[in-house]
Amino acid sequence: MSQPNALPGPDNITRRVLPNGITVLVRENHTSPSIVINAMLRVGSVFETRAVAGLAQLTASALMRGTATRSFNDIYEPIESIGASLGIYSAGHGTFAHAKSLAEDLPLMLELLADVLRAPSFPEDQLAQLRAQITTELQYRAQDTRQQAALHFYELAYPPEHPYHFSQRGYPDTVPELTRERVQDFHQKYYGPRGMVVAIVGAVRAPAAVAQVEAALGGWENPAQPGLPALPDIPPLAQAVRRNVYIPDKSQADIVLGAAGPSRAAPDWWPAYLANNILGVFGMYGRLGDIVREKQGLAYYSYSTISGGEGRGSWRVIAGVNPKNVERALDSIVGEIARMTAEFVSEAELEDVKSNITGLLPLRLESNEGVAGSLLSIERYQLGLDYLRRYAEIVRAVTREEVLAAARHYLDPQAYAAAVAGPVEAP
Amino acid sequence: MSQPVTKIQLDNGLTVVLKEMHHAPVISWWVFYRVGSRNEIPGGTGLSHWCEHMMFKGTPTFPAGELDRIISRDGGIWNAFTGTDYTAYYETLPADRIDIALRLEADRMVNTLFDPEAVEVERTVIMSEREGAENQPGFRLREAMRGMCFRVHSYRHEVLGDMDDLATISRDALYDHYRRHYRPNNAVAVAVGHFETGALLARIRELYEPIPAGAPTPPVTRTEPEQHGARRFTVERPGTTAFVLIAVPAPTAAAADYFRLDILDSILAGSGGASTNKTSRLYRALVNTQLAATVSTNLSSTIDPYIYTLSATVNEGRTPAEVEAALVAEIDRLLQSPVSEAELEKAKKQAKAYFAYESERITDQAYWVGDSLMVVGDITWFDHYLDRLLDVTADEVLDVAQRYFKPARRNFGWFVPTP
Repeated sequence: MSQPNALPGPDNITRRVLPNGITVLVRENHTSPSIVINAMLRVGSVFETRAVAGLAQLTASALMRGTATRSFNDIYEPIESIGASLGIYSAGHGTFAHAKSLAEDLPLMLELLADVLRAPSFPEDQLAQLRAQITTELQYRAQDTRQQAALHFYELAYPPEHPYHFSQRGYPDTVPELTRERVQDFHQKYYGPRGMVVAIVGAVRAPAAVAQVEAALGGWENPAQPGLPALPDIPPLAQAVRRNVYIPDKSQADIVLGAAGPSRAAPDWWPAYLANNILGVFGMYGRLGDIVREKQGLAYYSYSTISGGEGRGSWRVIAGVNPKNVERALDSIVGEIARMTAEFVSEAELEDVKSNITGLLPLRLESNEGVAGSLLSIERYQLGLDYLRRYAEIVRAVTREEVLAAARHYLDPQAYAAAVAGPVEAP
Repeated sequence: MSQPVTKIQLDNGLTVVLKEMHHAPVISWWVFYRVGSRNEIPGGTGLSHWCEHMMFKGTPTFPAGELDRIISRDGGIWNAFTGTDYTAYYETLPADRIDIALRLEADRMVNTLFDPEAVEVERTVIMSEREGAENQPGFRLREAMRGMCFRVHSYRHEVLGDMDDLATISRDALYDHYRRHYRPNNAVAVAVGHFETGALLARIRELYEPIPAGAPTPPVTRTEPEQHGARRFTVERPGTTAFVLIAVPAPTAAAADYFRLDILDSILAGSGGASTNKTSRLYRALVNTQLAATVSTNLSSTIDPYIYTLSATVNEGRTPAEVEAALVAEIDRLLQSPVSEAELEKAKKQAKAYFAYESERITDQAYWVGDSLMVVGDITWFDHYLDRLLDVTADEVLDVAQRYFKPARRNFGWFVPTP
């Protein structure tokens, strides 16, 4: 029986930093004829203000709509003709490119990626088309209970001067203001090679892949490219804040409840991550699934999620319930937060989630996408090339005391943000 | 797809398929049952999906909650889904932990409890699942479309079931459904991943061969009569965004026409109906022209003839009538002249790449093997799929369009938002 691929580590990950600041990571995998490219640029909605909310995302989605030398068709026709895909989207602190193709097409994919990043022309008609699509999406969002609950949760949990307070997609009053001039200006100012990461995984020799990245992107410079801005402080919530968003004639109400959580670099990231797993992930949605779904039958989904990231991403509980059960579900959710912040989790619970998280690693690394995603995170958060091999040890080291301290640090049954969207009146 | 496949049938009728893949230390174990909403009649709609939920509520050996804990603790993922034609359960685990999945599926094939209290809790969970779906305009539109396209065949109702049936189905009705359909001779088990076939097969025999075969399940015999004349409906509800859905009859997955329609679908929307494909005919005609924000299509592989659908999200300031007219113009174009060789070649290249990607993941491989056996009853269906696509000609695409997209066989649905 042949042996599976070894865990990625310093002996089989190639890492090269190009003179213009791009870090290239390559992991060879010759078991199938495809390759994946995952790239990240240090530009995102953290550079926006409320007045131009949606600018970073519009800019990212307009990159592939035309360049100095290629039309929309000249970009998409070669990609789709070979069954490949290339997509670029923007989030808070980063803009991400994801490509998949057969290995032989790697040079073409890198050439197209470099062209759309370096020389986009932002054709006016394409921008108009994108703005129309986003406007329709925002209209849909206005009557979608899940999206509305999330939108209002962020407004409650983050202060108005913090970029996480705003929607990265934008608002009906900002999208028409995202002119070609603003998009061009945003691209010129903030897009550049400094801090960029390109991870390539698949059926390619590492030296060849590095050389191809260098050929495509090695000449890119933007001396004025700024580093990511410092984020404003997030004062802890003084009390529970609640907002009901009335959307008539819906069968279900959606709840989002929580607060700002730890950044990925926080010293208590791992204890908080494990606490979240116990609260609303493990098995069928952890303790929340047990109390809200399994014992009371109140909801099809009731779980929690912790975002991390460069800044203090959210730690939130999400549930969808019949409108008449909203208060009962909220009581149960707050009750579980109270328990999480008052008592130690049991040794058995902690053991279960550690075993789960470490055991899932081989599955996560089964695909090229999974490995490329991990390589990108390793560079993004400076975790070290031996990170995946130390991973089990890091998770295993977390104690019950640390889990309780982390839960108390970020969650408070007396002080949280809660948004409810659906056929519900003001509380 | 080059790895050897072992397929055997145990004495009790259980079909077992094993396929070794050694690139990752993982095994995926699936059990498929030939039961879905297709096997339900009014009064019992949603039974199959509800049974699937009850399969997670424990057996005497693995009480509720323990199942979850055991699989999750071992670093596995597990889930299940119910469709029109079958219900599937799977666990993907580190290779050295797979025994728990083998034991669990053998146990719950016959010993699931259906505790009356657990049935009642799950009743409201499933109603909540349906209420969440009802919040989506797309669900309302698709449900109404099925109701219009199928008068006789059970594809008429949603897998989730009708709210009235969810309110009234009894514990005993659920248990009867389970006993009738959860039988080794009505199931297919598939393992793909890092194992040695002989050893795994011996363990499977040990666990599954003692399970007795059951009586054959009653066949689904009602067939949908041919449609004579276009039909239309609207769903009017509070909202902000309009949607257009068009459906035409589609062939079964086993039919030669299915592959021709698949190529036609690639040309219309891109491989797999991908809404991200930006050089397809529909994207050019609807999104580039700013009539629609999104456009997509769906071709399902099914046991009985189902429907092929085209759908679009109407842009602000445009009307469902304009969007429908643009979709119809694209359909009519397919009836009038053959697709170009260049378009045909592109569709085939997309298919080649798509199949290369689809065969990378262990869990996906197991799914495709089981799906082929459930829907077509032939394990080679997926293996020959690509070759059959590559054989399709432009004349065949024209012919299939002319037969399936006839004006008298079209169905139109609009979601019209009201203030």
